[in-house]
Amino acid sequence: MDHNNIKACIVRVGGTNCDAETKRSFEELNVKAEVLHLNEIVKSNNLLEFDILVFPGGFSFGDYVRAGAILAKSFSAKLNRRLKDFVEEGKPILGICNGFQVLVEAGLLPAFDGISKYPEAALATNLPIGFRCRWVYLKHENLGNCVFTKKIPKGKVLRMPIAHAEGRFMFPKDNEGSCLEKLVDNDQLVFRYCDEQGRGTGGKYPYNPNGSYYSIAGICNPEGTVFGLMPHPERAFYGWQLPDWTRGEKPSEFGDGRLIFESVVEHVASKI
Amino acid sequence: MSQQIYIKKDVHFELFEVNLLHADDKQLIQISEEMGLALNLEEMKAIKNYFTQKNRNPTDVELQTLGQTWSEHCFHKTFKGTILTPEGRTIDSLFKTYIAKVTLELNKPWCISVFEDNAGIVQFQDDIAVAAKVETHNHPSAIEPFGGAATGTGGVIRDVLGVWADPIACTDVLGFGPLDYDYNKLPLGIKHPKYVFRGVVAGIGCYGNNMGIPTVNGAIYFDESYVGNVVVYCGCIGTLPIDKYIKKAKPGHHLVLAGGRTGRDGIHGVTFASLELTEKSEEVSRPAVQIANPIEEEKLKRAIIKIRDQKLASSITDLGGGGLSSAVGEAAHKYKCGAKVALEKVPLKYLNIPPWEIYISESQERMLITVPKKNLQTVLEIFASEDVEATDIGTLTAEQTLRLTYDETVVAKVDMDFLFSPPKSLKRAEWKQVEYTEPTFSEPKDLTSILVDLLSSPNIASKESVIRTYDHEVKGNTVLKPLCGIHGGPSDAAVIKPLDNSNRGLVISCGINPQYGKIDAYWMAASNIDEAIRNNIAVGGRRIALLDNFVWGSPEKPDRLGSLVKACEACYKYAKGFETPFISGKDSLYNESPLGPVTPTLLITAIGIIPDVRKTVSMDLKSSGDFVYLVGQTYLELGGSEYYRRLGYIGCSVPVVRLNEAKRTMDKVSNAIESGYVRACHDLSEGGLAVSAAEMAFSGGLGMDISLTRFPQSVPITRNDFVLFSESNSRFLVEVPEKAKEDFEAIMKGANYACIGRVTKEKCLLIRGLNGEPVIEADLDVLRDAWKKLFGG
Repeated sequence: MDHNNIKACIVRVGGTNCDAETKRSFEELNVKAEVLHLNEIVKSNNLLEFDILVFPGGFSFGDYVRAGAILAKSFSAKLNRRLKDFVEEGKPILGICNGFQVLVEAGLLPAFDGISKYPEAALATNLPIGFRCRWVYLKHENLGNCVFTKKIPKGKVLRMPIAHAEGRFMFPKDNEGSCLEKLVDNDQLVFRYCDEQGRGTGGKYPYNPNGSYYSIAGICNPEGTVFGLMPHPERAFYGWQLPDWTRGEKPSEFGDGRLIFESVVEHVASKI
Repeated sequence: MSQQIYIKKDVHFELFEVNLLHADDKQLIQISEEMGLALNLEEMKAIKNYFTQKNRNPTDVELQTLGQTWSEHCFHKTFKGTILTPEGRTIDSLFKTYIAKVTLELNKPWCISVFEDNAGIVQFQDDIAVAAKVETHNHPSAIEPFGGAATGTGGVIRDVLGVWADPIACTDVLGFGPLDYDYNKLPLGIKHPKYVFRGVVAGIGCYGNNMGIPTVNGAIYFDESYVGNVVVYCGCIGTLPIDKYIKKAKPGHHLVLAGGRTGRDGIHGVTFASLELTEKSEEVSRPAVQIANPIEEEKLKRAIIKIRDQKLASSITDLGGGGLSSAVGEAAHKYKCGAKVALEKVPLKYLNIPPWEIYISESQERMLITVPKKNLQTVLEIFASEDVEATDIGTLTAEQTLRLTYDETVVAKVDMDFLFSPPKSLKRAEWKQVEYTEPTFSEPKDLTSILVDLLSSPNIASKESVIRTYDHEVKGNTVLKPLCGIHGGPSDAAVIKPLDNSNRGLVISCGINPQYGKIDAYWMAASNIDEAIRNNIAVGGRRIALLDNFVWGSPEKPDRLGSLVKACEACYKYAKGFETPFISGKDSLYNESPLGPVTPTLLITAIGIIPDVRKTVSMDLKSSGDFVYLVGQTYLELGGSEYYRRLGYIGCSVPVVRLNEAKRTMDKVSNAIESGYVRACHDLSEGGLAVSAAEMAFSGGLGMDISLTRFPQSVPITRNDFVLFSESNSRFLVEVPEKAKEDFEAIMKGANYACIGRVTKEKCLLIRGLNGEPVIEADLDVLRDAWKKLFGG
C-alpha cells in the first residue's frame, strides 16, 4: 500500500546509531521517513508536521548519567510543548532500546496519569550484569490497546534481538505490585520475555535476558499510542537477519519485527 | 635537564632550543633518551648535520616532530629498510620485496588503492568500494587494557574514515597470557592476563557498541608469551562511493582540525610503541595511552560523511600515531606541498600545553581535512550542526617547508624533503634453528575424553561470553553472525550485506596460529593465509583480498628479524599463489617484555565477496540423512597442534601448504557452494577433524556417524589419533543432501575427497576408527557443555 502521505521523524543526537535501519524499515512500507538531528528539529520547529515520532537505538550522549536520561531531558527542555501536543493529538511515538529508555526517562512511559514529571519506572543495569547481544523470544500480551501491535494476535511468540547493558525493567520496589496491576488493567503491557514455546521465563537467564521485573520487554501508555521496547524490531525485519535462517533452503521474506512497523503504519493510515 | 643542552627561549610560552650543534655522540643519545625521541645515533647525527647546514640549533618542537615522523610506528623503518641475510643477500625493503610485490604482480583491476592510504580500497559493486584496515594496539593495552583497546578500535575506525569510507563492521583478534597464570610468576610492572583480558574485551565492546559499528569477526588466542606482550588487533571495514574518494589537495587549501580537543593524553605513543616494554613502562608511558570517547567519534563520523557526500573537502587523514605532526606532515608530503600551522589555534582540553606537546599529542577522535577556501564556511557549519568542534589551523603551502608558529613566533621550520628522508636502517637477520623434536608416545586409549578436553581448551572453547558483549547486529546488515545454528556454533566467517538495494555480500574472515610460529614462521605465515582464505570460502566467499598484520619481537635482534624475513617470504609465495593480493597491512615490532619476546604472530584478514547473500552457508549440520564429505588431504602434521599441546608437546611437523592441491580444493568447494549443493561447511583447523565434526554436530543439534576407513590421505596414517587431530591445511567438512550427491561428486572430481559418513538424528557423534571400530562416541550435550564451560555464555 502507498503510505507516502505518512511522515515519520526519527530523532538522532550524538550517539544515536540505529537510525538508518529504523528509517529503512519505515521506507520498506512506503512511509516517508526522515532522520533529523535534534538541532534541526529545534531549528525548523517542525515536530508537529510528522505523524510518527521515533527514538531509535544507540547510546544517546554516551548514556552518561543514566541511559537515555540526557536526551530525555534535552528533548523535553527544548520541545516540551510540542512533545505534549504530539502526544495529546494521539500521534504514535516509538522508542526502541535506547529510545525506550528515553521514553521512560522523559515520563512518557508508563505515564499512568499522563506525562509524568519524574520517571515512574526504570531500565536498570542488566542482571546478569553487562552488555548482551542475543536473540530472545517475546510473548505478545496486549489485548488491542497498543497501536504498534494491532496486527499481532495476543499470545503470539515473536523473535527479535536485544543489544543493551541497561534493560532491566523495574517499578519502584515499594509498590511494584500495584504498578503492575495498573499496567495490566490499562492494557499497557505489550511484550514479555518468554521461552520458545511462549512459556514464562521464571526470571531465568537467558530467556529473561536482563532480569526484568515480570519479564517485561515492552510497554505502552494508557492510550496505546506511545510504545517502548528493549528488543530491536528493525533488526528482525527481513528473513536474512534471523540468526538461523541458513538452516532453511533460503531465508523467509520477513522477520517478526516488521509486524510492529506495519501495525503503526496501518493505524496512522486509518486516521488520515 | 642540564642547562647547556636545553636553552629556554625568551617567549611567553614554553619553548626550548636544543644545543645539538655542540653535542657529541654521547650527548646526542642522551638527548634522544631524555626527550623520548627513540631515535638512534645515526638518526640523531643526520639531524645534527641538517641543522649544522642551517647554522642553527633545533627547537624542541622540531626534534619532537622528527622523532615522531621517523618512528618505527610512523615510518616502518624495518619494513622499508635494508636487511642483510646470513648468506650475504641484501633485502632492500621487506615491504617492496615481498608484500607489495604480490599486489603489483597480480595487478587485479578491482584493487583501487592499496598500501598508499590510511586503508586499502577494493571495488565492491559498480561504483561502491570497500575500505579495510587492521591495526595493532599492543603496548597501550599492556599499560591500560580498557583504554588501550578502546582507542585501538577508535583509531582503526578513523583510518577507514580517513579514506572517506563509512565504517560498517569491526573485527578484533586478541592474544592473552593464560588466564590461570600464576600470580607469583608475574614480574613487576606486568598485569595479570585476567585483568588485561577483561579490560581489553570491555574496551573493544565499548567503542564499537557506542559508535554503532557491529563487531562481527575475531578470535582470541592464549599463549604464554602474551603474558608480557598482550596482542590487540583491531580491524574496521567501510564502504564508500568510488567517486567520493577525493584526493586533490593543493597549496592554499585550509587545514581543518575537527573532533575532540587536544590534551596531554597520548604523548609519545608512537615512540613508546617502538621501544620494548619494561617494568618502568607503567610509570613512564602512562601518558602514552589515550582516552577514548566514542560518542565524539560518532558525531565526527556523521559530519565527515556529510562533507564527503557534498565533496566539500580536497583530502582527509586521521590523527593517529604522531598526532598532528604525522597528519599535517603526511597531508603536505602526499600532495607535494609544505604546510604552515598556527599551533595556538588548536583547541585544548586545558591551558598551558607547550607547542611540542600540542603538535605530537595523540588525543583521540580527531581528523584533519583540507578544504578549499570557498568551501571553508560550509564545512565549519556542517561540523557545528553535529556539535563537533572544528578549527581552521593553517594552510598547505607551495613552498615545501613545514612551518609551525605559536602566537606568531616560529617554533619549527623544517624542509619537507628532510622530514621525510630519515637515514635508511640497516639490520642484520639470522636464521635460528628451532630445537623441537617430534614426540614419540603411544596412542591414548580414550580418544573421546581427549576430544572433550580439546573442546574445553582455551583456544578452541566457545568465546560466546565475549562475543555477546559486542553488538554484532547493529545496522541490521549482519547476514551470518559470529555465532550460528541452533546452539551458537562458531561461524567460519561473517557475512555483511552493506547495500539496501543489492544482495551482494561482504565476507570477513581471519587466520592466525602463533603456535606454528614457535616452530617455523614461514609455515605459520603460509598456514594463516590458507586458513583465512578457507574460512572465507567455507561460507561462500570469493575474490579475496588480504590484510597482513605482524606482531613481532625486536628487529634489532637478528633472530627475530630472521623469522620476520621468513614469514614475509611465505606471504609473497602463498598470497601470490592463491591470487589474493594484499591491500593493507601494518607491523608492530618491539613486542618484548621482561618475560621475553612475543611469539611471532601474524594475523591474516581476508575480505571476500559473496554475489548473493542468500547462498551463504553456515557450519551447523542441517538435516539427518545428509552425506558428510571430507575434502582435502590429511597428512601427518601435528607439530604445533592443539592435540600435542594437550599432551604437553610442541613437535616439529608443522602443517605446510601445498599450493596446487590447496587451490584445487578451495576452487571446488567454492564451486559446490555456488551451485547450491552444500548445506553446511566447516573448515578444519585447531583440533583437526574431530573438533570440526563435533562443532558441526552440536551447533546443529544433529549427530554424525563417520568413518576414518575411507579417508583421503597421501601416505597411509596408521593411528586414529593422528588422523583425528592432524591440523593439515586446506581441508573442509561438508554436508551434502542426498539428492545433490552425484552433482557434488562431479564437481569434486580431481580433488582429494571422500564421503566419510552421514548426518544422523541421534544426538551423538560417532567416529569409527581405521579398523572400523568406534574410536569416538559422545553425546552432543557432553561435547557442547565441554565447549561452553570454560568461558560460559
